[in-house]
Amino acid sequence: MDWRRLAKTVGIEAAVYAVLMTAYFFLVLHFMGGWLVNLFQHHRLWYAIGAVVLMFGQGVALEMLTTLLLKLVRRRTE
Amino acid sequence: MDFAISHIHASPLYLICTGFIIGVLGGFFGVGGSFIAGPALRLIGLPWNMAVGTDLAHILGKSIVAARKHRALGNIDVKLGFIMAIGTVVGAETGAQLIEWLKHRGEVNLVVSIVSIVVYLSISTFMAWESYKTLQGQRARAKSGAAPRKADENAFSHVTRRIQRFHLPPMISLPTAGIERISLWTILGVAFVGGLFSGFLGGGAGYIRMPAMVYLLGIPTHLAIGTDLFEIIISASYATFSHAMKGNVDILIALVMHTGAAVGAQIGAMLTQLFRGPKIRLAFVPLPLIGAAIVIYTLIKGGHA
Repeated sequence: MDWRRLAKTVGIEAAVYAVLMTAYFFLVLHFMGGWLVNLFQHHRLWYAIGAVVLMFGQGVALEMLTTLLLKLVRRRTE
Repeated sequence: MDFAISHIHASPLYLICTGFIIGVLGGFFGVGGSFIAGPALRLIGLPWNMAVGTDLAHILGKSIVAARKHRALGNIDVKLGFIMAIGTVVGAETGAQLIEWLKHRGEVNLVVSIVSIVVYLSISTFMAWESYKTLQGQRARAKSGAAPRKADENAFSHVTRRIQRFHLPPMISLPTAGIERISLWTILGVAFVGGLFSGFLGGGAGYIRMPAMVYLLGIPTHLAIGTDLFEIIISASYATFSHAMKGNVDILIALVMHTGAAVGAQIGAMLTQLFRGPKIRLAFVPLPLIGAAIVIYTLIKGGHA
């Protein structure tokens, strides 16, 4: 892997990623916000479990998404 | 964007960019990046307790991304990771108890600040000396036409060999790391010290554990980075749960920060392929110095460390 190819890959990936993240903010965070605030205020145990599960879920999902994007971009640029 | 859990207003772009920088550092060096994330969250008005808890939740997500990438690159020793997690959790609890004790004595800020400055400066100085010496040795051998000793050598290997010879049963083998026999207690001891600093100074303490794995246990640098990230997943899960129960986690902020960190961690992990062990260790040197500078700044300003 060389620097130029890495920079190109990252640039394209960041652009695609930005569009996906905008959609993510509007859909997921907007709808989950109220529910999470309610859990935080009234059900702390479920909030703590939910926090760990959400971070795990987002970690795995975003890793799969970025890996897929990188593969697609690499295939296009090769 | 308003974050209703912590009642603050912050730009998602700021959080994503902060996450991205920490993600690159984490993927490349195997550290949590708490020395940047903590002050960055404080800047947007998050109280210290929330900054620490939210940072830990974000570290959890980022470590999952980076560890999965390192696993694909063959940089994780799962057996070592699980053993280290036990020592880390016990150490972190001990560190947290130590903080409570200091809190009762009213000396917590000054003691933690001084200890962290000494630790950060010591790590930086030692790693700068070691990696420079190793690179010098490699250059000298390359000039004289001699064959290189091994792919990931270090100038501290005589001490590493002595530590590996320490015979206190049970002795275990770590084939992935290329270690034939090592005492279980040595690994647990190193993990305990890492956990102790994690509980005492906050964050994942990767800046202590990663060098300790390389210099004390003799783990190759790339494998130490990947295994450290894997181990952080386990210890950060525990810490996130514990802090969330105390109301110290704004999960919405952590989720937003993590979207930037996910890309950064992938890039950081990929970058490790472009460098050899001693160069990664040399590039690591400024990181603890940044941490020390932040602590000195907060001490001068009269804030919390």
